[in-house]
Amino acid sequence: MKHVRGLRCRECSQDYPIAPQHVCELCFGPLEVAYDYEAIAADTSRESIAAGPLSLWRYENLLPAPIGDRIDIGAGFTSLRRAPRLAAELGLERLWLKYDGGNPTNSFKDRVVSVALSVARSFGFEVVACASTGNLANAVAAHAAAAGMQSVVFIPAGLEAGKIAGTSIYGGRVVEVEGSYDDVNRLCAELSSIKPWAFVNVNVRPYYAEGSKTLAFETAEQLGWRRPDAVVVPMASGALLTKIAKGFRELETVGLLDEGPDVILHGAQAEGCSPIASAFEAGAEDVRPVKPNTIAKSLAIGDPADGYYALKETRASGGSMVKVPEVSVSDGIELLARTEGIFTETAGGVTISALAQLVDGGKITPDQEVVAYVTGIGLKTLEALTPKDTIKVGARLEEVERALEGAS
Amino acid sequence: MSVMVRVPTQLRSLTAESSEVEASGRTVADLIEDLEARHPGIKARILDDTGSLRRFVNLYLNDEDVRFLNGLDTQVPEGAQISIIPAVAGG
Repeated sequence: MKHVRGLRCRECSQDYPIAPQHVCELCFGPLEVAYDYEAIAADTSRESIAAGPLSLWRYENLLPAPIGDRIDIGAGFTSLRRAPRLAAELGLERLWLKYDGGNPTNSFKDRVVSVALSVARSFGFEVVACASTGNLANAVAAHAAAAGMQSVVFIPAGLEAGKIAGTSIYGGRVVEVEGSYDDVNRLCAELSSIKPWAFVNVNVRPYYAEGSKTLAFETAEQLGWRRPDAVVVPMASGALLTKIAKGFRELETVGLLDEGPDVILHGAQAEGCSPIASAFEAGAEDVRPVKPNTIAKSLAIGDPADGYYALKETRASGGSMVKVPEVSVSDGIELLARTEGIFTETAGGVTISALAQLVDGGKITPDQEVVAYVTGIGLKTLEALTPKDTIKVGARLEEVERALEGAS
Repeated sequence: MSVMVRVPTQLRSLTAESSEVEASGRTVADLIEDLEARHPGIKARILDDTGSLRRFVNLYLNDEDVRFLNGLDTQVPEGAQISIIPAVAGG
């Protein structure tokens, strides 16, 4: 891999070679990809990135990527949109939405999977697997299909129909496990030691997680190589927030961003599964696991693997964490749809409601330039919404006129 | 109480590559002491310097994370299954 030195334990700094391994043998700490930043700086410019593909692979120098062997079905380089009507409603001046519903399977998980499966194939794996709350399942099944690999995805029972259909259509095996996501995750952690499979978020997790940095890379590039003042990020495992922070930092390290203040990180969870936000409130260093009970199923991780780091990053940035009441999740979805024409899923509803709460609470101020990460599309989670009544008429002009009378 | 303990790959160098070993103890803490007597070095890999469960280790009694029970003081019933699993996964 280009510019990759190996893996290193985030806790005890023990070095390991590039391999399908995610945990330090000494302390069980998470392994991370270690780069040669000097080599990246020498080899990477704003111009070289601009000349790259219109996918996350334009940032190949900052990703763990096998050279010339990538599974790229177009993940990444999604739109960064101004949100003037939502901004006006919230009392903000400079608000942007990074909308990842435009990915091949309509969520940010295509980013991490494009990286994970490319790496998995280079390791010689023929079967890819994952523990998923739905979006990851879609992304793994789709990328595996396009790469001619087999997929086995494990999901908790009771997921939204759209997420199940959007996985099984690609032809892989879908295993519905009785229990919560945390049960599924534990099962996969155990399976990964007996099956010769690449579990994207277990044994190839160090590579997989790096894909999320591209949300920061794109944000900076699309803003004209600048940082926003603050970001709002939904949290499940906490890895997305942690990697967005890392992404902005790396751009400065390799000289693509000028030196500047850290981006203020705000993390969002739904109240029914808010172990990281609860630890933040309590001033705790560690996250106490919970049993999730939330409408935001894609965020329903009760024992978040990166909660500890998400807390550290958020505190160091001067940011905060928000618990969104369950009833406000659909309000957030509707607000975004009504003001900006974007139909997001429950996780996006959590992000938008959290943004509103942060503005109300004075944690985000009108002078700040803010990016909200809207990580998935609403069509997969229709169950979360109660459709509004339609106006029913016969196919006659006078009936339509009468029915719409008084309506503007 | 004598129980079976599932050992993750990261610790199998201490258990002669066995993925499952026997141990006994009234509580989870006692059980870890017994594991240490049978497989020296294993305790320091599971517990930190203060004697708490390491941040990135999950211990399950049957299907329940001991953090939801009484932590290391959790009673271990006869015939239970204990699993030691790296916490860093998922998401």
